[in-house]
Amino acid sequence: MRAKSASYPYLVWMVLFIVVPMALVVAFALTDRSGAFTLKNLAGVGLYSNVFLRSIWLGAIATAVSLLVGYPLAYIIAKSAGHRQGVLVMLVMLPMWMNFLLRTYAWMTLLEDSGLINRALAALGLPPAHMINTQGAVVLGMVYNYIPYMILPLYSVLTKIDPSVIEAAQDLGADAKRVFLRITLPLSMPGVISGITMVFVPAVSTFIISKMLGGGSNLLIGDLIDMQFLGSAYNPNLGSAISLVLMVLILICMGIMNQFDENGATEGGVLV
Amino acid sequence: MKMERTPIVSLKGISVAFDGVPVLRDFNLDLGDGEFVTLLGPSGCGKTTTLRIIGGFVRPDAGDVYFNGRRITDLPPHRREVNTIFQKYALFPHLNVYDNVAFGMRVHGKSEREIKARVGQMLNLVDLNGFEHRNVNLLSGGQQQRVAIARALANEPKVLLLDEPLGALDLKLRKDMQVELKRIQQQTGITFLFVTHDQEEALSMSDEVVVMDQGAIQQIGTPLDIYNEPKNAFVADFIGESNILDGVMREDYLVEFAGRKFRCVDRGFRPDEPVDVVLRPEDVDIVPPEGDRLTGTVINVNFKGVFYEIIVDVQGFKWMVQTTDYEKKGAHIGLSIQPDEIHVMRKSKYSGRFGDYSTFSDEMDEDLHSAAAKRGGGAE
Repeated sequence: MRAKSASYPYLVWMVLFIVVPMALVVAFALTDRSGAFTLKNLAGVGLYSNVFLRSIWLGAIATAVSLLVGYPLAYIIAKSAGHRQGVLVMLVMLPMWMNFLLRTYAWMTLLEDSGLINRALAALGLPPAHMINTQGAVVLGMVYNYIPYMILPLYSVLTKIDPSVIEAAQDLGADAKRVFLRITLPLSMPGVISGITMVFVPAVSTFIISKMLGGGSNLLIGDLIDMQFLGSAYNPNLGSAISLVLMVLILICMGIMNQFDENGATEGGVLV
Repeated sequence: MKMERTPIVSLKGISVAFDGVPVLRDFNLDLGDGEFVTLLGPSGCGKTTTLRIIGGFVRPDAGDVYFNGRRITDLPPHRREVNTIFQKYALFPHLNVYDNVAFGMRVHGKSEREIKARVGQMLNLVDLNGFEHRNVNLLSGGQQQRVAIARALANEPKVLLLDEPLGALDLKLRKDMQVELKRIQQQTGITFLFVTHDQEEALSMSDEVVVMDQGAIQQIGTPLDIYNEPKNAFVADFIGESNILDGVMREDYLVEFAGRKFRCVDRGFRPDEPVDVVLRPEDVDIVPPEGDRLTGTVINVNFKGVFYEIIVDVQGFKWMVQTTDYEKKGAHIGLSIQPDEIHVMRKSKYSGRFGDYSTFSDEMDEDLHSAAAKRGGGAE
C-alpha cells in the first residue's frame, strides 16, 4: 500500500508532462486551425516523404558508423587495465560536457570552404575540399555528437562478460576470431541494441546538426517540424502530424530492433 | 614417481611471480598417462596457478611445459590438447546445454551428425539425458557442473584439468560428484589433474597426491603414502590429524620422545639427530597407567559418533587420541604406541608450527593454515 501511494507523485508527473503533451500532439495533428477534425494534416505529411527517407537514411548511416567506430573503442576500453578504464571513459564523455551548439559550431568553422581544414590544405598546396553543407557533414555531426551513447552501453556490457567464459572458449579450441564471433559478440548484443537505439532516435529527429552543417539542401524531419512551429511556415497542426508520423516510424524501427534482440538473446538472455 | 613411459604432461623448472610475489618456485611435476592426480594445498599455495600454466593461461617466468615430450610453453590455450573445468563452470550463458557441449566440436569443424552423436554420448555419461534444450542459467549447481564436464570431455582431451570443481557444491552433492568424477575418469581413461584444498577429497579420489605449500611441492605419493609416511610436519598436519612431537633419533629403530625411548621402524638418521615424531590420534592406544608406562591426564572429551576424540596432557604437551573407549575428563590414563605406528621425519622449516593440540579447535586449525598460506605469500 505504502509503495503504491509513494508512486503517486510520479504518476502525476507522467500524466502532466508525458501523457497530456502526447495527447495534445495527437489532437493538433487531427484538427485544423479552427479546431475541427480533419485528416488533411496527416495526408499532407506524404508530401515530405523524401525528407523522411533522407532522415532515416542519414540517421541509419550515422548509427552504423557509430557502431563500427564505437565497438572497437568500447572493446579496447573494456580490455584495458582497471585504472586506465576510468580515464578512457572520461575522455569519451568529455565532449559531452561542452554545449551541444558550441560543439556543432566548432565543426562549422572546421569544415567551411574557408575553414581551418581548407586553410591547412591550401597551406600544404593541396586543392580545397567542399565539406560544409553536404550529407557527409551532417553524418559527421551526428556521429560526433551521439557516439558516446553508443560507446557507453557497449563498454558496460563488455566489462560484465565473465573473463572465465572467454577462457573457457579458448580452452575448448576457439582462436581469437572465433572467441569474438561466438562468445563476445553474442554476449554484447544487449549493448549493441541499446547503443543503436540511443544513437538512431536522436539522430533521426535532430534539426540543429542538419541546419548548421547540412545547409538548406539537406533538410531533415527535425528541421521540418521546427519550421512548422517557429519558422516562416507556421503550421502547428502539420507540425504535430509530422511529429506523430515520426514517432510511429521510430516505434516501428525499435520494434524491429527488439525482435533482433529477442532472436539473439532468448537462449541466454541474462545480460540486460 | 617411477615411470618408464614419457609423462603426458611435464613441468620443468617452472617459476612464476605475480607483481613480484613468487607463486611457484622451480616447480617440477610429471603426470603419468591415465592417472588421477590431485594438487592439494591451502589457498595461495600455487595449485591453481600450476593448472593455469598447463592450460596456457599463465605464462611462466622461467621453465617449460611439455606435452607428450613436446615443448608447448609458447602454445596459446586454444592449441593445447588439454581442457579445463573452471571453478565456477564458466558455461556460455547465451547457449543451451546442447550448444555448450557442442562448442568445442563446432570450433574444430566437426560435422553436425558427428556432434549430435557425441553430445548425446556425453550427456549420457554425466547423466543429463533430455537436458539438451535447457537454459544453462536455470540449472542447479550440480547440473551446471555436469554440463561443464560434458563440454570439456566432448573435445576428447588427453588431459582434463579440474580447478576445485566441487567447491561450490553442498556436502551431499560434493560426495556424489566425487564418486561420479572418479567413475568418469576410470571409464574414459583420461588423465585428470584435480585441484583441491580438501584433503579428504584428495585422499579418496586420487591415484597420486601432490601436497603443495608456498609454491613448492612438499610431497608426492599415493594417498596411503601421504597419510602414513608424511615427509614433514606440514604434510603430517595438513593430511588428517597428527600429534607432532620433538624427538631425537638415538640409533636406527630407536627414537626418544616424551622423555622415554621407543622402538620404531625408521632408520637412516644420524645418531642423536633431532627429529619430528608423528603419532596419528587413532594409533595411540589407551591402557591402564601401570608400571613405567607413558601416562597422561584427560583434559577434554569430544564425542564424534564412531569414536571419542580426547585431548590428553602428557608432560605439558597436548595429545589428541581417538578411541572407542570412553574416558572421563580428569582421568589418569596410560598410553601405548606400537613401533610401526611411530613415524619419524627429518626436521624442516615447518617443525614446531603444527601438531600440538593445546589450543585445538577446527576453526583454529583452518586459521593456522590460512596464516601459513599468507606467510607464504602470493595469489593462487
